[in-house]
Amino acid sequence: MNMPFYVSPEQLMKDRADFARKGIARGRSVVVLAYDAGIAFATENPSRALHKISEIYDRIGFAAVGKYNEFENLRVAGVRYADLRGYTYDRSDVTARGLANAYAQILGTVFITESKPLEVELVVAEVGRTAEDDQIYRLTYDGTVADEHGHVVMGGQAEQLGRKVGEGWRPDMSLGEALRLAVTVLGSSENGTPRTIEPGQLEVAVLERSRPRRAFRRLTKQSLTELLTEEAAEDSGADDAEGPGGTAVPRAVPAAPEKDEPAAPEKDDPADQAGTADPEPGDEGPGKPPPSGTQEGAPQD
Amino acid sequence: MDGFGGGPHGRGQGRLPDAFLRPGSSSFLEFLAEHAPDRLPGAAVTAGAGPSGYPGAPGAAAGQGGYRSDLSPHATTIVAVTFGAGRPEGGRGTVSGSGGVVMAGDRRATSGPMIASRSMEKVYPADDYSAVGIAGAAGIGIELVKLYQLELEHYEKIEGSLLSLEGKANRLATMLRGNLPMAMQGLTVVPLFAGYDLERGEGRIFSYDPTGGCYEEYEHHGVGSGSLFARGAMKKLWRPGLDAAGAVAVAVEALYDAADDDSATGGPDTVRRIFPVVATVTADGYSRQPDDDVAAVAERIAAERRERGSLA
Repeated sequence: MNMPFYVSPEQLMKDRADFARKGIARGRSVVVLAYDAGIAFATENPSRALHKISEIYDRIGFAAVGKYNEFENLRVAGVRYADLRGYTYDRSDVTARGLANAYAQILGTVFITESKPLEVELVVAEVGRTAEDDQIYRLTYDGTVADEHGHVVMGGQAEQLGRKVGEGWRPDMSLGEALRLAVTVLGSSENGTPRTIEPGQLEVAVLERSRPRRAFRRLTKQSLTELLTEEAAEDSGADDAEGPGGTAVPRAVPAAPEKDEPAAPEKDDPADQAGTADPEPGDEGPGKPPPSGTQEGAPQD
Repeated sequence: MDGFGGGPHGRGQGRLPDAFLRPGSSSFLEFLAEHAPDRLPGAAVTAGAGPSGYPGAPGAAAGQGGYRSDLSPHATTIVAVTFGAGRPEGGRGTVSGSGGVVMAGDRRATSGPMIASRSMEKVYPADDYSAVGIAGAAGIGIELVKLYQLELEHYEKIEGSLLSLEGKANRLATMLRGNLPMAMQGLTVVPLFAGYDLERGEGRIFSYDPTGGCYEEYEHHGVGSGSLFARGAMKKLWRPGLDAAGAVAVAVEALYDAADDDSATGGPDTVRRIFPVVATVTADGYSRQPDDDVAAVAERIAAERRERGSLA
């Protein structure tokens, strides 16, 4: 009988965490941020049908990065959990906290017991009656739950993009301002020129505080275009009037010196691969290690 | 921790049972039947003691079992009226987009000869583009509506798209079929389903029998004990090309006639200010008419009849 090689638990966990991180870092990021009338979700996603953002329940939304089949399975489980719970008790008894705990259990158990951890990262957000009641939970591949305030970024280069969102975000932004910030951050690649993402390439949804029951609403391409352009005009006007609104300056500074570095096409290619990686099954395996930016941007555990 | 605390299907402690993560259909009903069949409407009744557990009064049971007809309060009359350009004579409807359907229900629930409730709601939104009304055993009917609403919403969330109107109508038929054992014991529920068909651009009505038969009705229809009279009224009042307000008036007047002759149907209650629930479904979705608007229609109808002064 063969003796199995001894692998220390530390090494085992570290290998699994590295594996999961790599898988997640290949995908495009999702930005979740609170605005004055609710919570907005935005990601670059050319697919009209394979969503990364969706409705779980009346006031609860879901966003995910990583392997599509894995987070889709979790999403369906979440909808079943919420619907069964609401049916058994009452609609008001379905909470983001309960759902986040259920997800944490699944992710944690799979991380420890299965041969492969889930290569996903999730956000479960619930819009409250007031901004103080809003809840945003971020769940990582190993079942860690973090209670976030105001904004989260997950996926490739999460830390770096998260910092940019943190610099630009403030409470009570309008929806247009919040989305413009999100889109700018999503379009800033790790080592070079910012890209402009067309509204047609974006998947954006909001949880609107004022809607009576089902708060979740997807933004159409048209309304998204209106929001982004209108607010861009307003913002630049506002910047001129009141000086830096906090968003423009910090973003421009790191981008400027890096413009001289490698040409645009080289940088776009890995990003494109990463974007299509999510829904495609052929993207398994270790693949090539994520670019330097994603390494430091890997989710903290 | 009901339903997710590592029950019989659970693999580990404190995580969702496997059923939640198993690839399956987009139907909540099927999920419920598989995972928690005890929570289906009426599961306790059909799986439990059975009719012998209830001392039925002789002659009071509607079916072969021992249930008393007043065991559950009964909801009565529901009507639905289409409006807009709709179907030209004899043919399939032209897509006009301006049409829709009105559904209205009285507010009375009876328990045998008693009035159990004067302000019951029998018309509900099934989803954004359809309405469902229930006549028959109220407790089961309301539970059925709740589950049906959830079924449509669940499908919408899982699939990311709406069912077709016929898909919705057929889904309700399936659920009703599941209630057949109880219907046989006297706890009959007869729904009426109406909605806006987004593909055809018109309002459509579907009626059901207790065995789950689903029938499309044209122009107008009614169910419940007062429906005989309501349908007679609608036959006279309905005409092609009605607008939404006209359809509301037809529905309210039909309910007025039903209340006139059927003791189980409540008329407009001007003392308590309780008026029928009237809902309109159009391309803009489901909307419930404000009570004041319905009150105005009901009062106008009452005034016309007062003027006519008929005793019949």
